[in-house]
Amino acid sequence: MSDRWGAGVIPYAEMGYWQPDYEPGPTDVLAAFRVTPQPGVPPEEAGAAVAGESSTATWTVVWTDRLTAYDHYQAKCYRIDPVPGAPGQFICHIAYHLDLFEEGSIANLTSSVIGNVFGFKALAALRLEDMRIPPHYAKTFQGAPHGIVMEREYLNKYGRPLLGATVKPKLGLSARNYGRVVYEALRGGLDFTKDDENINSQPFMRWRDRYCFAMEAVNRAQAETGEIKGHYLNVTAATMEDMYERAEFAAGLGSVIVMIDLTVGYTAIQSMAKWARRNGVLLHLHRAGHSTYTRQKSHGVNFRVIAKWMRLAGVDHIHAGTVVGKLEGDPNSVRGYYDTLRLDQVAPDPVKGLYYEQDWAGLPGVMPVASGGIHAGQMHQLLHYLGEDVVLQFGGGTIGHPMGIAAGATANRVALEAMIKARNEGRDYLAEGPEILRAAAKRSRELDVALSTWGDVTFTYASTDTPDIVATPTTA
Amino acid sequence: MRITQGTFSYLPELTDEEIELQIRYALGNGWPLSVEFTDDPHPRNNLWEMWGLPMFDLTDPAAVLYEVNECRRAYPGHYIRLNAYDARYGRQTTALSFLVHRPAEEPGFRLALQEGPDRQVRYTLHPYALDRPKGDRYRR
Repeated sequence: MSDRWGAGVIPYAEMGYWQPDYEPGPTDVLAAFRVTPQPGVPPEEAGAAVAGESSTATWTVVWTDRLTAYDHYQAKCYRIDPVPGAPGQFICHIAYHLDLFEEGSIANLTSSVIGNVFGFKALAALRLEDMRIPPHYAKTFQGAPHGIVMEREYLNKYGRPLLGATVKPKLGLSARNYGRVVYEALRGGLDFTKDDENINSQPFMRWRDRYCFAMEAVNRAQAETGEIKGHYLNVTAATMEDMYERAEFAAGLGSVIVMIDLTVGYTAIQSMAKWARRNGVLLHLHRAGHSTYTRQKSHGVNFRVIAKWMRLAGVDHIHAGTVVGKLEGDPNSVRGYYDTLRLDQVAPDPVKGLYYEQDWAGLPGVMPVASGGIHAGQMHQLLHYLGEDVVLQFGGGTIGHPMGIAAGATANRVALEAMIKARNEGRDYLAEGPEILRAAAKRSRELDVALSTWGDVTFTYASTDTPDIVATPTTA
Repeated sequence: MRITQGTFSYLPELTDEEIELQIRYALGNGWPLSVEFTDDPHPRNNLWEMWGLPMFDLTDPAAVLYEVNECRRAYPGHYIRLNAYDARYGRQTTALSFLVHRPAEEPGFRLALQEGPDRQVRYTLHPYALDRPKGDRYRR
């Protein structure tokens, strides 16, 4: 006992942060870290250091710990497993008492769990792989302003994925030209069009002008089709006051949806989540910047954790991978992200990279968005991998159609409806996909031309990030 | 124009056989079916008239299709849709909804523009058919 409180430096493991006998309680927040200790650092000490630095510890003994119920506030590393096939890496499981976190604050949760510890010198690398958020903590968050069910009822669209497209080129179009792209894509058959992440309010197109032209396009497309349409008006801006001003203008014009970028920060996202529920406007989140810390397997934060935080913070849409498109995304990992966003009860599944069970306790599901290098010829794969509650976004695959933007949109919609119909009829649509598309293309010149333009385009590169346990090898 | 509400509006009109396959799919998922009709196709009209109650206990696809055809006979100058409902916890909403009948001619919508200050425009979508009284809006 006297050793524990002697002045100076003692190992974290001996300060109570390594407790192999600890049984996590149902209200504990759990975290799985992939830890790569520096040479010579034992895994128990590395795991204890992560627990310590992400909760109460500093580098040396402080007598002021003895003024607290310190063993209550200490995070506990309770289990360490070597990573199969990766010598020198360990998964350290850490339990945090609920008292460590402010209710309903992603900023507070993350300042603890990823605040200081990622720069810790005794670790060569560190990655937060997964978290379990107990219902007791989850229920302190608002969650999605509307959620999947309300969005479908709001849009009056059921039984199929929603279709979208990002306006291209992403930079340089004038507001009037921009409105033209929105109109053509929506009247051709898409449900949504989208501002890109870096379209905010630049010299070539100021936000207010874009909003006015885009909403004219949305309304005209509604009149041409009799369907509800939307354009994600990006309200990302330098300050919260600017964002509220833009969002309120968008709501005043009758937009069903606005969007923000992940770069605005967790607190701004939670503020916009509250605004979106108060105003009945759907909230789309573009995960701009996430690959800087989600992609590398040994260091950073896995996207499944970001997905959990965003489900708590409260967005209606979030980009979550395509499997078959141009951007990173191992099929099993992407399934894990989609489950995390959409299901109420998520079971642990190492094949999908899910370390813990997650009970969302009724927090609404978030609609995943698949965007980046996808086209109509992949419709059977997209439906198979991503399911029905998803927004499929074909930017180039709509706007690059040789017959024009509306034809590109029609091609995507025909392909989608044909695939849903075939699936519902009991056909093996994954195997027969190309045949189903060819048959539909006989009655749709738009789809026929799309298939001959992009039918063979694939992006087959090895994923940099995969779960450690894979039942059967998969290729995207 | 052609209204493109519903799950299958970009495909050729479904035949009765094809509708029956969709009914089988819904029943296989435990989703009861219901038939609704309207002569106000505004996309924000959520209150189509109910052709009876949702068919909670009907598990014979042919019987559901019979109701579709009865509704078509009674309301030829209307839009008719077939809905499948998923009552499971976490859903409790429509799972599938597609048009099974539409009027012979669809006049579409007028987009009314009300110009306000600062280049702001208020848009109102008005179905031309609504200029005639309910029940007398479409040719049969």
